[in-house]
Amino acid sequence: MNAKAAPLLRVDGLTKHFHTSKNLFGKPTHTVKAVDGVSFEIGYGETLGLVGESGSGKSTTGRLILRLEEPTAGQVYFEGQEIGKLSSGQLSPIRKKLQVVFQDPFSSLNPRLRVGDSVGEPLQTHGLVSSGSDKRDKVAALFKQVGLDPKFMDRFPHQFSGGQRQRIGIARAIALGPKLIVADEPITALDVSIQAQIVNLFLDLQEELGMAYLFIAHDLGMVRHLCHRVAVMLRGRIVEMGSTEQVFANPQHPYTQALISAAPIPDPDREALRRRIPYDLVPPPPGAVLREVDPGHWALSAA
Amino acid sequence: MPLLEVKDLTVRFDTGGGTVHAVSGVTYALEPGETLGVVGESGSGKSVHVLSMLGLIPKPPGRIAGGQVIFEGRDLLTMPEGELRQIRGKKIGVIFQDPMTSLNPVLTVETQIAEAITSHGLMSRKSAKARAVELLDLVGIPEPQKRVTQYPHQFSGGMRQRAMIAIGVACEPKLLIADEATTALDVTVQAQILDLMKDLKKKLGMAMIWITHDMGVVAGLADNVQVMYGGRIMERGPARAVFNDTRSAYTWGLLRSLPDHSEGRVYETHTPGQAKKRPRLQQIAGAPPDMTNPPPGDPFAPRNPFATERCHREVPPLVQARDAAPGHLVAAWYDLPRALLTNPTGAVPAAAGEAA
Repeated sequence: MNAKAAPLLRVDGLTKHFHTSKNLFGKPTHTVKAVDGVSFEIGYGETLGLVGESGSGKSTTGRLILRLEEPTAGQVYFEGQEIGKLSSGQLSPIRKKLQVVFQDPFSSLNPRLRVGDSVGEPLQTHGLVSSGSDKRDKVAALFKQVGLDPKFMDRFPHQFSGGQRQRIGIARAIALGPKLIVADEPITALDVSIQAQIVNLFLDLQEELGMAYLFIAHDLGMVRHLCHRVAVMLRGRIVEMGSTEQVFANPQHPYTQALISAAPIPDPDREALRRRIPYDLVPPPPGAVLREVDPGHWALSAA
Repeated sequence: MPLLEVKDLTVRFDTGGGTVHAVSGVTYALEPGETLGVVGESGSGKSVHVLSMLGLIPKPPGRIAGGQVIFEGRDLLTMPEGELRQIRGKKIGVIFQDPMTSLNPVLTVETQIAEAITSHGLMSRKSAKARAVELLDLVGIPEPQKRVTQYPHQFSGGMRQRAMIAIGVACEPKLLIADEATTALDVTVQAQILDLMKDLKKKLGMAMIWITHDMGVVAGLADNVQVMYGGRIMERGPARAVFNDTRSAYTWGLLRSLPDHSEGRVYETHTPGQAKKRPRLQQIAGAPPDMTNPPPGDPFAPRNPFATERCHREVPPLVQARDAAPGHLVAAWYDLPRALLTNPTGAVPAAAGEAA
């Protein structure tokens, strides 16, 4: 391992259990393994797609990486440094490099703050602006970068469309020059005619700024378009991981096969020929491990 | 004779921020047994137009500003509420997006299905309960005898949607309306529900209006597709014609903006430190119109690279498209196949390229 530089992000055995009920003595009687021993890496400038059903643990994995939740077990290494044990003060320089874009830009923007101030807030917090006019200049540059007219800086979130609000959320996320953005279903709530614009913006910004993305989504078509690698989650575990073309062209795990075959195709002729591979949503057997079926392509199989 | 005729349906919402032009002059006919896919994004009027024909929009602020909806020879819009209630659920079944809010949490599934049947006086309470078990079986719920006595919270999301469908088809309606019925479901569950609907359509012979924003869903399900935007029908016709011989610039833009699903489509793997250009999606410029202040002409004109001067000032009528399949209608002043000859990529004139 010494010869190889540390990846941007390494997640090792990440686990999060939620106790949904407790007995008379406060001992948990029922535990949901939301995330159950998840391990993966993301390289500099790389996009990893995380897909799976609702409740598969994909969003919780993102929240654990951002330290919005504390893991039950496992480690998160950012540029080689374990961030799980850091105090909030120690975490501050890492927060600059690790940002988030949420599904619903409306609920993640302060409705009473002018959007220019929302975007400029992280710059101010980290002492990266020298004056009010410096802040305005930097925010204006960010607005341009995400395809918004800087003259909208003084407006409030409700005056924007869903697509524009997501652009504002992205401007805020890139303000500090992050190395990794966790994007949790960033296009799900957008109108169909706007989704392509935002996906293109993610691609443009990655090319300009060299950021990596953890792209959490359920739209397989978009994941296939945007992501270099894909990890498929089922009941808290990764059941398959590999390059996008490995996973889509040669899915190994029955759940991945079911998921890919279930996506409707916007073409009546091809849709008539599509055959769905059924899969009962049973959790993977406890002893199952990820095995490398091809270089870089891993699939879960029984021990 | 058509099962349903919608004539010039126009719906407005009077809000503090102005009058929302939710639905404008929507006109179409639905034949018995036909499946119509209605595609549109938020604000297109796709949901409001069916809710208003069923008397399900709040009035005020909602208001039917004009038109007729003829079902089996009678106008649903002028019918007394009591009579409309008898048609709703009995002859016209409805399924909504979120089964958790449409199912009653304190009643068993059996009670709710039986109620749907007995409230229309179709059979006795006892035979209705037996029918509930049959219906759960029909929609593919395992162990229907046991499941029927359970409450909605004991069902998974997919099973709740199946229970909703059971209620929707309980009275063997002539028409089933589904409003984003699979949108909240996971893709594998959605696939199961869509297969179930194809199967039920065959067994029960009912007509269906399937409202969705997902072009993939209608591609597999619909006989005819109707694309809505800005409260109006932009294009309507047999599914294959609309997808393969598209005549509306909006439909064309939407289909083009989707990621390429071609089999064998391979993207290069990422190599760290080696930036590789990924193809961009073909995006539609701009944002959907503000329907309190809709554009004076074709609602899509401000975003349409093929728009003519007339598009910006006059609403085009929905008419048979030139040299297209019979029944393939389009509302456009421009001729898309001809426009594509000179501008095959829909390159945006400089003025229209503003970000959404």
